[in-house]
Amino acid sequence: MTRALHDPRLPRLLHPAAWWAWAIGLAMAASRTTNPLLLALVMAVAAYVVSARRELGAASPFGAFLRLGLFVIAMRVLFEALLGGGVPGQTVLLNLPQIPLPTGWGVRLGGPVTLEGVLAAAYDGARLAAVLTCIGAANALASPRRLLRYVPATLYEVGTALVVGLTYAPQLVDDARRVRAARRLRGHSGHGPREMARLAVPVLDSALERSLDLAASMESRGYGRSVHRDARSRRKATALTLLGLGGVVAGVYGLLDGGSAPLLGLPLLLAGSVAAAASLAVGARRERRSRYRPDPWAGPEWVVSASGAIAGALVLVAAQRGTAGIILQTSPALWPTLPWIPALGVLVGLAPAWLSPPPPLRAIERAGGQPKGHRWDIHPEDITSQESSGHSLGSSS
Amino acid sequence: MIRFENVGIRFEDDSKPVLSAVDLKVDEGELVLVVGATGSGKTTLLRCVNGLVPHFSGGTLSGRVTVDGRDTRTHRPRDLADIVGVVGQDPAAAFVTDTVEEELAYGMESLGVHADVMRRRVEETLDLLGLADLRGRTLRTLSGGQQQRVAIGGVLAAHPRVLVLDEPTSALDPVAAEEVLAALTRLVHDLGLTVLLAEHRLERVVQYADRVVIVENGRVSADLPALAMAMSPVSPPIVDLGRLAGWSPLPLSVRDARRVAGPMRQALAGRTPARVIRSKALTAASESLLSARALVVNRGRRTVLRGIDLQVHAGEVVALMGRNGSGKSTLLATACGQLPARGGALRTDGLDPASLKPRELLKHVGLVPQDPGMLLYAETVEAECRTADTDVHAATGTTRTLLCHLAPDVQDSTHPRDLSEGQRLALALAIVLAGEPPLVLLDEPTRGLDYGAKTRLVASLRSLAAQGHGILVATHDVELVAELADRVMVIADGEVVTDGPAAEVLAGSPAFAPQVAKVMHPQPWLTVADVTAALEAS
Repeated sequence: MTRALHDPRLPRLLHPAAWWAWAIGLAMAASRTTNPLLLALVMAVAAYVVSARRELGAASPFGAFLRLGLFVIAMRVLFEALLGGGVPGQTVLLNLPQIPLPTGWGVRLGGPVTLEGVLAAAYDGARLAAVLTCIGAANALASPRRLLRYVPATLYEVGTALVVGLTYAPQLVDDARRVRAARRLRGHSGHGPREMARLAVPVLDSALERSLDLAASMESRGYGRSVHRDARSRRKATALTLLGLGGVVAGVYGLLDGGSAPLLGLPLLLAGSVAAAASLAVGARRERRSRYRPDPWAGPEWVVSASGAIAGALVLVAAQRGTAGIILQTSPALWPTLPWIPALGVLVGLAPAWLSPPPPLRAIERAGGQPKGHRWDIHPEDITSQESSGHSLGSSS
Repeated sequence: MIRFENVGIRFEDDSKPVLSAVDLKVDEGELVLVVGATGSGKTTLLRCVNGLVPHFSGGTLSGRVTVDGRDTRTHRPRDLADIVGVVGQDPAAAFVTDTVEEELAYGMESLGVHADVMRRRVEETLDLLGLADLRGRTLRTLSGGQQQRVAIGGVLAAHPRVLVLDEPTSALDPVAAEEVLAALTRLVHDLGLTVLLAEHRLERVVQYADRVVIVENGRVSADLPALAMAMSPVSPPIVDLGRLAGWSPLPLSVRDARRVAGPMRQALAGRTPARVIRSKALTAASESLLSARALVVNRGRRTVLRGIDLQVHAGEVVALMGRNGSGKSTLLATACGQLPARGGALRTDGLDPASLKPRELLKHVGLVPQDPGMLLYAETVEAECRTADTDVHAATGTTRTLLCHLAPDVQDSTHPRDLSEGQRLALALAIVLAGEPPLVLLDEPTRGLDYGAKTRLVASLRSLAAQGHGILVATHDVELVAELADRVMVIADGEVVTDGPAAEVLAGSPAFAPQVAKVMHPQPWLTVADVTAALEAS
C-alpha cells in the first residue's frame, strides 16, 4: 500500500465498507435516542457529509430516503391521532369525534388528541426517519453495488444474483417506458389496468430474453470457471459464512434494540464477526477469481469507520447509563435539551466531511475543470430519462 | 484453429436441421466473413464455436467442433473462455457490470488474471478502442456505437485467440463502423488474432476478409472473397456493379473498382441520373407534412436538439443521417408526440403532435421503432392484424392486405417473434399504415436486414411515396439512403449540418458516399440501378 493513500487530500473513492460502517455507527446512535434535537443532529450530520463527499454523477437515493423518513413521521403521528397510543396525556390539543368500539380492543377510533401522545409518536417516527437517513447516506456515498464486490467468494453466486437484480430493476423500468411509448403509437394511452396487462407480456418477454442473453454472455466470458472445484470445502465455507452473517445480524440487532438483554448484542456480534472472518479466509483460499482495482483500505478508511463507531458508542453508553435527555420524557411534555456528550459524539460523525478523500470527479470540478467524459452523468434524472440506446424507441441516437 | 467436422445442428428432433454436413477449417490469424440471408444459420454457426450451441441453446449437435484442439462436446463455453471471445448481436444485452472499466475487467476477473496484468490490459484496451474518455461512464448511458466498442473491448481484454462477432457494425454509423473494423484488422495483423465475423452490410467488411463463408439452406461453403462473391446469394453494390460490367476478378474494394471503371465512367460522362431531375421538381410543389422551425427538445436536463429546421413534403422520402447520439431518434420521437418541444414550432400534418390523443395521432403520423417487435403484442400474425384493424376502426382485413403487399410469404398462424427481421418489419409497417397516416417515420429500419429484405423495403417505401405519403427515415445505412431517399438531412449534436438532394449530399462527402458514388466520382451516380438504367438507355 503506498503512502499516498493515507493522505486524505488525494482524490479517490473511499472503500464502500468504510462508508457503510460509518453509517451503521450513526444509525446505531439514532436508534438509541428519542431526543428530537439529537436525531436532527444525526440527520444533519449525515446530510452534510453526503453533500460534501458524494461523487458527482452517482445515483443519489438520499433524497428518496429523506422523503421516506418524513413520510414515516407523518404516518406515525396520524395513526397516533386517529387510533390513540399507549401514552396517557393531559394536554388535549383537539377532540376528534369518537366512534365507539368494544372496550377490550385496546384501540379507540377518534377521540381526544393529546400533545403527549403526538410528541411520543413524532419522536418515535423521527428515530426511524434518522435511521433511514443514515442508510440513505450510505447508499449515496457508496452504492450497494460497489459494496457487493466485497461479498466473500463463498457467497459469490448470491452476490452475482444480487448484482443482476440491481441491474435488472432499472432496465425493467426502461423497458416498460419503451413499450408504453410504443403502445401510444398504436393508438392506446398505455394507462389503466387492462393496458397494464397488455404491457406486461412484451415487458416480461423482453426481460426474459435479456436474462437469457446475459446468462449466455456470462457463461461465454468464463463465469463460474474457478468455483465449484471442491464440494466439501465449499460446503464448509458456506456454512461458516452463513453462521457468521447470522451472528453479525443478531449482534447488530441486539445492539440496536434497547429492549434485549444487554449482553446479547456485543458478544454475538463478536462471535459472528469471527465466524465471518474464518469463512472469508476459507473462501479466499479457494478463490481463483481475481479482482480488478480492489479499493484500498488505508488511513482515511479507518478514520471514517472510527468516526461512525465513536458516534454510535457514545450515544450507546449514554443510553446504557440512563443519561438524561437520551430518552425524552413525554408525559408531562418537557422542552427537549441537548445532552452534550452524546451530541459531541454525533458531531464526531461529521469528521469524514474533511478527513476523507474527495471523490475524483468532485475534486476535478472543484478545481474548476470540466469532468471529462462525465458531462452527461451529472444529473441522475438524465440517466433515467435517457433510455438505453441499444434499440430503444426514443434513444438519443 | 477452428475445425468443424461434418457438423449438423438440429433444434427439434423432427424438424429440418439448421446446419448440416458442415466442414470448415479456419487457420490461425485468418479473418473469415460469414455471409448469408437472414435465418440461414449464420448465428448458429458462430455460436457453435464456443459451444453455446448446443450447451446453452439446447438442440443436438452431430459431428465435432474443435477450437485449438478442445472439443466443444466436452468443454463448456466457460472452459473455452480463455481462447474464444464472443460478441453477440445486441451489445447492451450482454453487459454484466455497470461501468465501462468494470465491464472490460469482468472477463479477466473470471479467468483469474493477476490484478497487475489486468490493470495494464484494461488501460491498453481503453486506448485500443478509443474508450479512455468513457472509462467511468455508466454503460446504459452510452450510445450504440460506444456500447459496441465496450462489448468488443470486454472480450478483447481477456486476450482470446479467436474472436467471434455477430453483426458488429449493424448498429453503428459509417464512421464508427470504420473505427471498429479498423481496430479489428489491426488486431488480426498485429496479434495474429483469428476472427470469425457475420455481417449483413457486406460493403463495409468484404474487403477486409481473407475468406468468405457462405451459409445457404444449412449448407456451408468457403472460398476466397472474390470467388465466393461471384456465386453468393447476397452481395454488396460494388460486386453488383462488377457483375453488371463483367469485370473479372470481381472488385471488392473501391480502389479495385475505380481502377477498372474508367471505361464505364467514360460511357456515362455528361449524363444525369433520372432521379436528380425528379427530386428537384418535387419539393417545390407539394404540401408540407412535417415542418419544424427552430425546434429545441430536451431529454431530462440535456438539450438534444438545438434549433432544427426541417420540412418533409408529401410524396417525398427524406433520410435523416448523423452519428450515433446526434439526436435522430429524438427528432422522430418528437415528430410523433412522444417528447414535447421546448422551443420552436413543430407541425405534423398541420397539427401539434404532443397535444393529440394517441387515438387521433395514428391517423396523422406513424412511427416504426428501431425494434419493430415493440409494436407487436399478439400471439399470432392474424390476431395482430385484427387488433390493428380495430385500433384504427378500419375495415376487417385492411392490415392483412397491406401485409400481403409488403411481405407476401407471411403465414397467419406464425408467432410474431418467429418471423424473420424483414417480415417483422413488414408487419410493423403494415400495422402503422393501417391508420393511413400521411406521414410515416422509420427509425433505423435496416438493422439485421439482408439485401433481399432491403430491396423489398425500398420498393414498398417508394411506392408509398408515390401514393403521396411523406416518409422520414433515420438511418446509418448509406446504401439504403442511396436507393431510397430524395433528400438527405445530416444532423450533428442536435443541429442541422446539411440538407439537400440525396445525390449532392451523398456524393459530396466520403463518409456518407455509397460505394457506387465512390467508384463513379465525380459523376453523380449513386446506385447500381441508376447505372443500369442509364446504360440501357444509351
